[in-house]
Formats: sequence, structure tokens, C-alpha cells
Amino acid sequence: MIDVINLQKSFGDVQVLKGIDVQIDKGDIMCIIGPSGSGKSTFLRCLNCMEDPTGGQIIFHGVDITDFKVNINIHRRKMGMVFQHFNLFNNKTVIQNIMLAPVFVQCQDLKNAKRTNARITFLNLFKKADKKQSLVPITTSKAQIKKEAHQNALSLLKRIGLEDKADVYPSTLSGGQKQRVAIIRALAMNPEVILFDEPTSALDPEMVGEVLDLMKALAKEGMTMIIVTHEMGFAREVANRVLFIDEGQILESGSPAEFFGNPKNPRLKEFLSKVL
Amino acid sequence: MGNFSLKVENFINIFIHQNGYTRVLEGLRNTLIIAVVGLIIGILIGTVIATVRVIPKYKLLPRILNGICGFYVSMFRGTPIVVQLLVFYYVLLPLMGMRVSGLQVSVLVFGLNSGAYISEIMRSGILSVDTGQMEAGRAVGLGYWTTMLRIVIPQAVKNILPTLGNEFITLVKETSVVSFVGTADLYLAFNLIGSNSYEFMVPYLVMAIIYILLVLIISLGIKIMERSLRKSDRRN
Ligand SMILES: Nc1ncnc2c1ncn2[C@@H]1O[C@H](COP(=O)(O)OP(=O)(O)OP(=O)(O)O)[C@@H](O)[C@H]1O
Ligand SMILES: [Mg+2]
Repeated sequence: MIDVINLQKSFGDVQVLKGIDVQIDKGDIMCIIGPSGSGKSTFLRCLNCMEDPTGGQIIFHGVDITDFKVNINIHRRKMGMVFQHFNLFNNKTVIQNIMLAPVFVQCQDLKNAKRTNARITFLNLFKKADKKQSLVPITTSKAQIKKEAHQNALSLLKRIGLEDKADVYPSTLSGGQKQRVAIIRALAMNPEVILFDEPTSALDPEMVGEVLDLMKALAKEGMTMIIVTHEMGFAREVANRVLFIDEGQILESGSPAEFFGNPKNPRLKEFLSKVL
Repeated sequence: MGNFSLKVENFINIFIHQNGYTRVLEGLRNTLIIAVVGLIIGILIGTVIATVRVIPKYKLLPRILNGICGFYVSMFRGTPIVVQLLVFYYVLLPLMGMRVSGLQVSVLVFGLNSGAYISEIMRSGILSVDTGQMEAGRAVGLGYWTTMLRIVIPQAVKNILPTLGNEFITLVKETSVVSFVGTADLYLAFNLIGSNSYEFMVPYLVMAIIYILLVLIISLGIKIMERSLRKSDRRN
């Protein structure tokens, strides 16, 4: 699904990613571990072009999204992202946070379809009957889109047991609640893959569990996930592949069993001995 | 002291019985129009400029726009507002072949001028919003401008509302120079009353009191607004 080919990223003179090659398939749960400052976040943020790579390619469904000519916003709809610090929209209620992007994006598509139809109708005026172009079918309306997004948001909230928080502002939620809302905000776009950057690092220890449980549930449902994490237990249990990144390179990758059970790279051995 | 009460009587006579109050009311109206409309124009211009100035500047167009906005801001912040009024009224607009009233010029200049100041306020407001908010918007597929308008700017405005209130007070006070281009403001009204009675002590005293009252009322309004905003931070 995602092909990363010789990905490089420099900030000024500092090369942070030094050529990363990796392939992510549908249903993969890939955990990325590595020391602080090794480029894990940078790698993850390059995947949806939050950072523009300075070299290499990222092929998502056959399209190189590092190309400046592609409309990255379209592709990002299919790549959810969950941040360490949640980044819920502070000026929106919980349910507005979840509905905002789906409603906006669908309304935009609707507007474009209407515009296309208007153009076709106009051009048809000058065409012979047999050459008239047919209109794009429009099966929805703004109200319909909003209603469906609202229902979807509510059922997502119900799933995480926070339906009574629908109309509160994020500032009143606990860290664990915020992160779970952030995850379903990403889910509301029906993404094909979700990128997680240390989703539990900013949480109090007693809230880590609830977030990891939600992520495990998503993994069971077959969601493709790429997760930068320091939770080795989680990586071992949930991932089907683990990557070790150090100094901007993948030094080792493999199934959790061989990765943790029989690490080969000396730096990985050293790293694991420190964190386990 | 007897002298003073005579002056007060004199003033009241002109103010009430010789229709002095209509001039004062007109001046008050103009002062408020200039300050309020100027503030609205200023907020619009200021928001646009501030947004342009925080766009990442990889491409040429944002750089050019940024340069233009920078020039605009330094022009309007670098010259006294009286000079701007005079230049617009006697130089720029006549050169462009436009004939407009002093009130219109005043509104225009106050709008342009406060736009320059508000752009700086707004810029710091935008920069005070956590960058994570922009990132989260972009990550769900919203464009830069959509995220800016729906997520970042509303939060920025909330952060700077008290400062905007102060800008409004500044505008109200600065309107006292619009008589330079013949706009009938409070100063001109009381000046006229003074000229009629050859006595300026009481008129200018009353003028000062009116300005103080205006500012007090606006400050009170800002306080109430701030309090209700702070409440909404914790609403459930
Ligand atoms: N916007 C930036 N500008 C300049 N340097 C940056 C920028 N972002 C990251 N870096 C540098 O790139 C390197 C890798 O950073 P990155 O955030 O990817 O590390 P990380 O592996 O996620 O670390 P951590 O575990 O601490 O989150 C660091 O040395 C950092 O200073
Ligand atoms: Mg990081």
C-alpha cells in the first residue's frame, strides 16, 4: 500500500533521514522504535508529507505523494494521524472535532460536483441532442452529509464510551480521553492507514492502558497502523513487524519474535538492554 | 468661584438653549463611527496581513506578498495619523480624482492605520496558537487556508480580544485629530461652543469628561466580555 523508496530528509545541513526503504502492506501493524532524536517522528511525518522529504519517494496507491504537483490533501484523507499531544481542536466541541473534516471534505466534493454539473448544463445548451453530456449523479445534500457525519461521530463516541462528552470542549477531558477522541477523529475519515507518533508518551501511567486497548481493538479489525512507540510490551504483542531506527537509518526489522528474541544489530542489543 | 459658576451657566445656556448639544451629539456620533468602522476595517485588513505574514515562505508569491505587507505596516506605523489624514485628504485622493468627505477619509485612514497595528497584534495571536492545531487540521486533509480560518484564527482572536479592546480605546482617543480634515468630532463641537462664548474652560472640561466616560464604558464592556470568555473555557 505504501512504498517508501530511499527516503531522505535534511533540516538545513543536518541530514536526519539517510535513505529509508520500507514497504507497508494492508493490515500491517508496524511499530517503530529507536533512541531519542534518531528520526522516528521525522520518518512518520514524512509519510503524509507533514514534513516534505528532501529525497526519495513515497508511493501511496501508485502515486508518488512527495511530488509537489499532487494534491496532498486528497491523500491525507486516507492517512489518519495521531499525535503525542493529541492536538484536538480547542475551539470545537468533541463531536465537532470528529465531524469537522468529514463534513468539510464531503461538502467540498458536493460543491465540486454541482459546479461540474453547472458547466455541463451550460455546455449542453450548445450541443446537438445526441451529443449532450450527462450530469454527474448527486445523491446527497449538505443536510444529509451533516446528519450522517453526526450519527457516525456519535457511534464512534459510543464505541469509546464517551457519548456523554459529545458537547464538551477538549479542555475538560482527561489525557486518555483526549487521545481516544483524537483516534476516533482520525477514524471518522475512514482512513486506510493511521500513523501514531508516541500516542501514549504524554499520558499519565494509569491512562496508557485505555489508549493501548483502543489501538489493539483497531489492530484486530485489520486497520493498517504505523506506530512510533516506547511501549515495548505493546510492540511485542500487537505488531507484526518492528523497525529499529537509529541515526536516520533502519538498522533492523523483523517480526516481534525474532526482533526481541534474537536481535542481531549491536546497537539494537544495547538499546533493548537499556529499555527492557 | 462665582466666576466659574457663571461660566457653567453660560455653557449650559449655549449647550441647551442654543442647540450646542446637537453639535456635541453629531461629534460623538462621528467619533464612534470612525472608531467602530475603523476597527472593523482594521480587523479585516489586520487579519489578512497577519495571515500573509505567517505563511511559510518557500515560494515566490508569499515572499512578494509578505514584502508588500511589511511595507504597508511600516508606512502606517511609521507616520503620525494626522499626517496620514492630511496626505490622504489633500494629496492621494485628489490625485486619484476622488472627492470624499472628511468623515469618509477619516474612516478610511483610521481603518488602514489600525489595520497595520492590528496585523501585528493578530500575528502574535496566530503565533500563540499551538502549531499542533495547524498540523492536526492538515493531517485530516484540510487545506492551509481552511485550517487557518476555521481552527487557528478563531483561537488567535480569542487570545487577543483584550488587546483588541485596547486598540479600540486607542482609536476612540485618536479620533480627536480628525478635525484636521474638517470632520465634525467632539473637539470641533466643543471648540465651536467655546468660540461662541469666548470661554473655553468649561467646554474643554466637559469634553475631557465625555472622553473619560467613553473609555470607562468601553473598558467595562471589555471586562465583561473577558469574563464570559474565561467562563467558556471551562464550560461543560
Ligand atoms: N523542524 C526541525 N528543524 C530542525 N531540526 C529538526 C526538526 N525536526 C526534527 N529535527 C531534528 O531531527 C532529529 C530527529 O528528530 P525526530 O523528532 O525525528 O526524533 P525522534 O526519533 O522522534 O525522537 P524522540 O524519541 O525524542 O521523539 C533531531 O536531531 C531533531 O533535532
Ligand atoms: Mg518523536
